Amino acid sequence: MIAGLVSVKTTRHITLDANEAVASVAYRLSEVIALYPITPASAMGESCDEWSAAGKKNLWGQIPHTVEMQSEAGAAGAVHGVLQAGALATTFTASQGLLLMFPNMFKIAGELSPFVLHVAARTLATHGLSIFGDHSDVMAARSTGFAMLCASSVQEAQDFAAISHAATLKSRIPFLHFFDGFRTSHELNRIAAIEDDTLRDLKLDDDIKAFRDHKLTPDAPLLRGTAQNPDTFFQAREAGNRFHDACPAIVQDTMNRFAALTGRQYRLFERFGHPEPEKLIIAMGSGIGAIQETVEWMVKRGEKVGGVVVRLFRPFDVAAFVATLPASVKQIAVLDRTKEPGAVGEPLFQDVVAALFETGRLDAVKVIGGRYGLSSKEFTPAMVRAVFDELGKPAPKKHFTVGINDDVTHLSLSYDDAFDLEPPETVRAVFYGLGSDGTVSSNKQTIKIIGEYAGLEAQGYFIYDSKKSGAITISHLRFGPQPIRSTYRIRQASFVACHYAPVLERHDVLANAAPGATFLLNTSKPADQAFASLPLEVQKQVMEKKLKFSVIDAFQVAQQAGLGRHISAVMQTCFFALSGVLPKEQAIQRIREGVEKSYGKRGSEVVERNFKAIELTLANLHEVKVPSVLGAGTPRPPAVPREAPEFVQRVTATMMRGEGDLLPVSAFPVDGTWPTGTTRFERRAIALELPTWDEKLCIQCNKCSLICPHAAIRSQLVDPAAMKSAPSTFLATDFKSKDLGTAPSGGVWKYALQVAPDDCTGCGLCVQVCPARDKSNPRHKAIDMNPVEPIREKERANWAFFEQLPYVDRTRVKDDVKATQFLEPLFEFSGACSGCGETPYIKLLTQLVGDRLLVGNATGCSSIFGGNLPTTPYTKDKNGRGPAWANSLFEDNAEFGYGLRLAVDAQQRLASDLLTRLTSKLPAKFAEILVAKQDDEAGIAAQRERVVALKLELAKLEGAEAKQLLQLADSLVKKSVWIVGGDGWAYDIGFGGLDHVLSTGAHVKALVLDTEVYSNTGGQQSKSTPLGASAKFSVAGKAIAKKDLGLLAMSYGNCYVASIAMGAKDAQSLKALKEAEAFPGPALVIAYSHCIAHAYDLKLGTEQQRLAVESGIWPLYRFDPRRLAEGLAPLQLDSPAPKLKARDFMKNEGRFRLVEMKDAKRYEGLLDMADANAARRRALYEQLAAVHLETKKEGTS
Amino acid sequence: MTIDLSTTWLGLKLKHPIFAGASPLVDDLDTVKRLEDAGAAAITMRSLFEEQLVADQLAAHRFLDGPADAFAEAPSWLPSTGDFALGPDAYLEQIRRIRQMCSIPVIGSLNGTTPGGWLKYAKLIEQAGAHALELNLYDLPSDPKLTGGDVEHQQLDVIRQVQESVKIPLAVKLSPFYSSLPAFVAKLEHSGAAGLVLFNRLYQPDIDVETLTLRRTLHLSDRQELQLRLRWLAILSPQTRMTLACSGGIHDPLDVVKALMAGAHVAQVVSAVLENGPQMLTLLIEGLRHFLEEHEYTSVTQLRGNMNLARCPDPSGYERVNYVKLLASWHGEAKH
Repeated sequence: MIAGLVSVKTTRHITLDANEAVASVAYRLSEVIALYPITPASAMGESCDEWSAAGKKNLWGQIPHTVEMQSEAGAAGAVHGVLQAGALATTFTASQGLLLMFPNMFKIAGELSPFVLHVAARTLATHGLSIFGDHSDVMAARSTGFAMLCASSVQEAQDFAAISHAATLKSRIPFLHFFDGFRTSHELNRIAAIEDDTLRDLKLDDDIKAFRDHKLTPDAPLLRGTAQNPDTFFQAREAGNRFHDACPAIVQDTMNRFAALTGRQYRLFERFGHPEPEKLIIAMGSGIGAIQETVEWMVKRGEKVGGVVVRLFRPFDVAAFVATLPASVKQIAVLDRTKEPGAVGEPLFQDVVAALFETGRLDAVKVIGGRYGLSSKEFTPAMVRAVFDELGKPAPKKHFTVGINDDVTHLSLSYDDAFDLEPPETVRAVFYGLGSDGTVSSNKQTIKIIGEYAGLEAQGYFIYDSKKSGAITISHLRFGPQPIRSTYRIRQASFVACHYAPVLERHDVLANAAPGATFLLNTSKPADQAFASLPLEVQKQVMEKKLKFSVIDAFQVAQQAGLGRHISAVMQTCFFALSGVLPKEQAIQRIREGVEKSYGKRGSEVVERNFKAIELTLANLHEVKVPSVLGAGTPRPPAVPREAPEFVQRVTATMMRGEGDLLPVSAFPVDGTWPTGTTRFERRAIALELPTWDEKLCIQCNKCSLICPHAAIRSQLVDPAAMKSAPSTFLATDFKSKDLGTAPSGGVWKYALQVAPDDCTGCGLCVQVCPARDKSNPRHKAIDMNPVEPIREKERANWAFFEQLPYVDRTRVKDDVKATQFLEPLFEFSGACSGCGETPYIKLLTQLVGDRLLVGNATGCSSIFGGNLPTTPYTKDKNGRGPAWANSLFEDNAEFGYGLRLAVDAQQRLASDLLTRLTSKLPAKFAEILVAKQDDEAGIAAQRERVVALKLELAKLEGAEAKQLLQLADSLVKKSVWIVGGDGWAYDIGFGGLDHVLSTGAHVKALVLDTEVYSNTGGQQSKSTPLGASAKFSVAGKAIAKKDLGLLAMSYGNCYVASIAMGAKDAQSLKALKEAEAFPGPALVIAYSHCIAHAYDLKLGTEQQRLAVESGIWPLYRFDPRRLAEGLAPLQLDSPAPKLKARDFMKNEGRFRLVEMKDAKRYEGLLDMADANAARRRALYEQLAAVHLETKKEGTS
Repeated sequence: MTIDLSTTWLGLKLKHPIFAGASPLVDDLDTVKRLEDAGAAAITMRSLFEEQLVADQLAAHRFLDGPADAFAEAPSWLPSTGDFALGPDAYLEQIRRIRQMCSIPVIGSLNGTTPGGWLKYAKLIEQAGAHALELNLYDLPSDPKLTGGDVEHQQLDVIRQVQESVKIPLAVKLSPFYSSLPAFVAKLEHSGAAGLVLFNRLYQPDIDVETLTLRRTLHLSDRQELQLRLRWLAILSPQTRMTLACSGGIHDPLDVVKALMAGAHVAQVVSAVLENGPQMLTLLIEGLRHFLEEHEYTSVTQLRGNMNLARCPDPSGYERVNYVKLLASWHGEAKH
């Protein structure tokens, strides 16, 4: 039987997720913790760092030393050293991070070092990246020599952490303890806690002594890491066999000792279900929950079915395994949560078959194997039942998949999606929230309240979309009297809440509402108008399912309580009031306690305001009388416009509706290749306010367009003739410059500034940068933000007109900031954060060179907003040209981009050779292609024309060389290769590669979007994190100055280097990007990027950039080695000596203020250090900028 | 002759009337020690601002809690602030440390205008060991619907609430902008306040004519500011039993003498200490002692109020006519 929640002692129950549960055990049993953040394991390391910073002690009264490394490879190397020198170590990782640890893992295992690596198992990137869970990472580690212990639930994850730490010390075999990423790592569940006494009672001290006796010390010197030859390596490799052989028994013994202490008995392999099963499913991980539920349901109906959960996968104990299989078993389905292309079967299948073969039982049992749950794909009782059904067929598929519709290779099993067996006593609630409204946070609190006070078992699981602005979250909460093992989303909810009414127009929120369920909606519509305001499809669902419908204007209540749009306490109160899970008074009291617990650290004002919101809620919660006929609503609009391409209609739109699970295999590209330019069909309409333009006040500087992170406000020059078909509300005014002469129709160009109303996120950056104020009323600018509702439709019509206007001829556009904004951005409407500081640089780059650009993008924010499905922001111009973009990995981006360059160059060389060889067969004019200058837009346009003509000519020629050149001719037009990534890549994990690529002299350009922190994974410090900033792993404020990456690159002397900050000096940013592009060699541009992780209102991002520059914290410069030849210093300083103090910049950002509030005196010291560092850096740069080296010409004169 | 410099302030017996007013000087314990060594009669904490407390808390709520749990990969953006106190914890801890370190009275300072949760900080300041509390009532009503009576009513309400929550004596620090300061002061006394601090110095906005923006400035005080204080000390001191502090414009021992003559019980100094360091207090104390000796006063008490409205030879000098005379004399001088 699976271990339940029985206890032999008084047990303290806690509600938490597996990451926290595992970290708690690992922390208490370790002396050194070396880390590197990676989803979904980051939280384990962060918890350890926070505990360490707070002085929490381990089991032996010491504060473990927690250290963040530059990569997972670095973390593994560090723990390897720690183990060799005799201290207890642990680390946490997942996915590619695990792969980076492999070299050290082989060593650690080969040296029989006791160690536990905790892994939140995550998909390995293949055709695409996925942050979600499966076993592809851990299965790649099978040959490392680590023991592999798999936990199937939050409880097991905590318990197995303790068991693995004990067993590794006893066995000397290092352990890889894993559990499913997200499904288990992030699932909140009520579990029995492990107290310190229990860990002590595992009696580890003798084993620790043995471990320390083996350490490297000059007091008793030993040597490890020898190089061995063919004569001895093999035997020595076999010498450790007995340790691996003994390991399973040690694990079982540890499990038995653990059971004696806690009452929770585990076994290496454990069977459940019918006592004499004929059909078995064997699996490991979180899917066991669904299998167990289904087996119990089927056994109650008389079916002889069962399951086996695999705990210790390596070393695979054949005897223990077969002992779990009674003689009654006739058929086995082995389920693997991984894919091993080309193998006979997946890893667990192969082990099961081999074990049965070795024990002579294979003849009596038929075994089939299937894949399920890749990348956290749902795995439900319906799918389990389908597997048992398959076993019951006369000729079951030997290898299958379940959970998808494989209409290509037909491996998938069909299943009844409506099958639901959740017990009626389990309350199920689903909440749709907006990313920034606190829904998930309050639901986590709700689960804890229920787990701790209602005496109920409770589970919470949370789903996020891939956008960083306007993201939708879906919370799945279950609670009831029985332990909750349902490791899949809720299918039949008794409570559905929609915390943001517009979500109803984009998602089928009520699809999983059970008949008679409660439906709670946050809407500004009063109760008597609420039903009619729903989309017609939703109205039908409410009527047909006889839902109990209630509404509240939560934003209004939150506003009244002084909480802005933070509605979490309001909606939480509504949930408790409507669900009745706790008596009203008790519920209110618990919510208040939850508020104090969550927000008490913010201060009493925040607590009081949330209390007020709670008080106001019940009076504003209204039940809606559902009519018997449909109201005057409108149907849900299509996900994408009708003019969208067929692929977008069929595939992209399905994903956008949240129905990607329904897409069959045939819908997908076979190699991960996707079309660009699809964000334009998304039209998310998330802004509450839009910029509105006063064309009379506007000075036509285009700064608003330049800074817009989402390319949602654009300027354009319009031929006055085209204005005849413009909507009456479309604004345009005479273009004030004569740069572009007269318009094609002969009149004065019209200047238009237009917002894309459904793509703007309402960040307000455009208004902040607008320099044109009304002199009589300076509060009014040429752009102001105004509520969206009254102007949305008007601006939609205006945008539709604007979109079809032709862009001006690139070859005629001037070379200044203003003019760049008349060029088409080929990066638009990304899912980046509202107010993002990275995207304006990328957008500008695409405006400059987008039509000939290849991008190698490091994993991170820019790869997520750049390439996270369903839509892609990189797009094409009217000629079909645009950025070609790819993400390889986090750590290898510079090398990857270098590879792109090498390939481009190789094809260009081959094409040039072919053209040379074919000269005699082609008109003489084509020889110019080989020597033509392509230094500017005109040169490139001319070359493109020549190549078009060449291709026409080549098509007439016979011969292999002509055909080959025809294919490669476009390579003769200059291509630009940019390597783009964040500071985590450039300063830390990818620094070695970046350094090497810059040293090659290759024509590659690196753009570092420097947010000074690992933004995408939640704000861990990088070596770019500035002095004085609080970040994860530098909680008290970083005391070391950031690495001077630019200075390191300058040291090569052959690399163009620039430091830019668009918000401070946009002309310098433009100049640097253009110079970098033109430089005949490598270039590095480091771009200051304000970020949500800096904790302030990002509409002030450009102002902060200015302060960063003027305080000397972020100097602007350009280093151009070509200047040496002119007798000039390569370095030019583009910002003056600091005229402000670091304080002027740092006082405005939460990342610095937190340090001040924690320790004002230390903060003052850090401010002084920041000023001193800025002065030191300035002095050094001034010296470098004054360098004069004698030129060859001067030397000979 | 022994000169008795002692005075009382908020019922506290002080060895002399000079100490530093509410300022960031107390943030650094070394500076506090230097203030005590320089002879300060008391330590006034810097003001704990309602506006700052609320703004910090709401900013943290918005920028830390708002974006939390919104993305799969980043449940938060900054470290947990579990041990960061966005309330008055650090302030209270500083009071405790100063109490432990110094033997002179410590006076807390709280700045706010609206009744609300922040008033509980008065109690916390008391619990942290403050001997008295200075309540700074700065307010700038811009709502045309709010009458002077409304403003005064609200402020008295705040004082009453604070008064009810603490046992330590309470001083009220005022701005000079009241329709009838004497009438309001009478109400303050009735509400239980033990002292008045005259006056608050306010941030004043300046206009940047190029950028059409406002700039906030706060200059250190100069001696011109003393005169406004002298006048109101002189008018109020005969009318109230509350102890009075002169705050603003004291840069010289004679300034202290004038404040005492106008009726002040104590003189608070900030700008001069910021400019010259804690030793400025020694200079003022010794200067006061020297003046008293030179002029054969035996005590501060003897001197105090001798030039107030009730006792000065020509009380009209404090009244409106003063303004007219000054203009006339200036005009007359200009003629020469």
